[in-house]
Amino acid sequence: MAVQRLAKLKKKEVPAPQTVRVYIMGKNHDVPTGLTILKAMEAAGYRLVRGVGCRGGFCGACATVYRKAGDFRLQVGLACQTGIEDGMYLAQIPFYPAPKPLYDIRELTPSAETLFRFFPELARCIQCNTCAKVCPQGLDVMRYIAAAQQGDLRRVAELSFDCLSCGLCVSRCPAEVAHYHVGMLARRLCGAHLVPKAAHLRTRLQEIREGGFEEELDKFCSMDKQTLQGLYAQRVIEPEE
Amino acid sequence: MTTETKQFGYYPGCELRTRAKALDCSAQKVCRDLGITLAELKEWTCCGGLVPQVKDNYMGFLAPARIFLEARAQGLDSLVTLCAFCFNTLRRASFFLARHPQVRARLATFLDVEGLPEIKVLHLLEVLRDHIGFDRLRQAVRKPLDGLRVGPYYGCLLLRPAQEIMLDNAEEPTLMESFLKALGCEVVDFSRKTDCCGSYHIVTNGEIAGRCAEQILDSAGESNVDLLVASCPVCQFNLDWKQSQANHTNIPVVYVTQLLALALGEPVDTLGFSHRAASMLPAA
Repeated sequence: MAVQRLAKLKKKEVPAPQTVRVYIMGKNHDVPTGLTILKAMEAAGYRLVRGVGCRGGFCGACATVYRKAGDFRLQVGLACQTGIEDGMYLAQIPFYPAPKPLYDIRELTPSAETLFRFFPELARCIQCNTCAKVCPQGLDVMRYIAAAQQGDLRRVAELSFDCLSCGLCVSRCPAEVAHYHVGMLARRLCGAHLVPKAAHLRTRLQEIREGGFEEELDKFCSMDKQTLQGLYAQRVIEPEE
Repeated sequence: MTTETKQFGYYPGCELRTRAKALDCSAQKVCRDLGITLAELKEWTCCGGLVPQVKDNYMGFLAPARIFLEARAQGLDSLVTLCAFCFNTLRRASFFLARHPQVRARLATFLDVEGLPEIKVLHLLEVLRDHIGFDRLRQAVRKPLDGLRVGPYYGCLLLRPAQEIMLDNAEEPTLMESFLKALGCEVVDFSRKTDCCGSYHIVTNGEIAGRCAEQILDSAGESNVDLLVASCPVCQFNLDWKQSQANHTNIPVVYVTQLLALALGEPVDTLGFSHRAASMLPAA
């Protein structure tokens, strides 16, 4: 009796779907569950040559947009880090455009004025915090923009240090601030003008200029592929903590 | 001066950390001397720069709302400001939000908090008037600025719109006059003291800002002032900028707190005066 009931229950159970349906540029594809957006596109037959990089959530190249079933909002995320769901709409975009100023870092002064000169939109920030909400790195983007407005470049550098430059912050900013370029400029200004110069770096550069590594480099250049591969496999790398 | 310490929250604003450092550092000295404790917000963002001119632009109230939340998180119920822009923005936002519970509720939802606190936004001049009193301020003066002919330049944002700011009469103000008298200055009235300096026009159309500044400077010049005092980094900048542009008047524009700090006996070289302004000050 009990066995019969169990059998009946089992019969009613719907087997878990092995695939989910996603829509890529409007065309439906059934792809295996558990994939990321990036892998789902490849499973559907797309060969990605742009907007893809490290596949590990570090390089920031694969920022993308998508919609979930029943939700009108456009969502954004890194394609290599966002899992697919049934009924998702996916699209590919080139990259997030943002003004990218050219400058010679050595000729700039590390100040709020410099940041405002290259990024006047900074003054338009309304503190909505959308940039921080969308950041895949979980950075406090709004606070580093505030620090930029206050001319605290060291704080900008510190708070934006883990930025991937994926540009998702820019994609949602109502003030059209190019946060990641602001952070980049602040970090460069900090490195060039504010933090103490590293003595060991100067020594090493001097050694390179004097040709201290030429001999070793030549040795590697003349090796055959197999020997090189062998050496690569035996290389000593920093132990993981 | 032996009085009980009075504690207020302190919102400096971005300009006070960049172009107007003199306003910030002189104000901090003044408050220390007068027993006013300024508790600076641990985290603060731009005030928004302007309160929205259309009242259904709720996003424009986010910046002030965040600052009020930060104040509450630190157990503060008031915020002292110095920059006339920040003062105007925060005071008007506070005024508006107190009267619009629905806007408060919507902002609270967006900010993911229970509700928005009511924070009293004060200007330091107001604190001096209402919490210290100008009579007691006069007693605290160690180096009266006798014979210094000072024009009180209010600009617009410190006083207007009067029904929302409620600091002083917007057309015939007396706040700065009473303050300056307490320091021993000779207060010089001039007709353009509540006119606009040209404000943000300086960014996109210097000519407009230049014309505004010119009228103010001419009016002050005719009254033969030694200095103008202001409480706004933008006013200070615009008036100085105009004078650096052309062969114009030569009237230094200093901050209210710089003069006060000097009168309280702070060394003149620690107060961020320009060389031009310092040359006008009474000898130490």
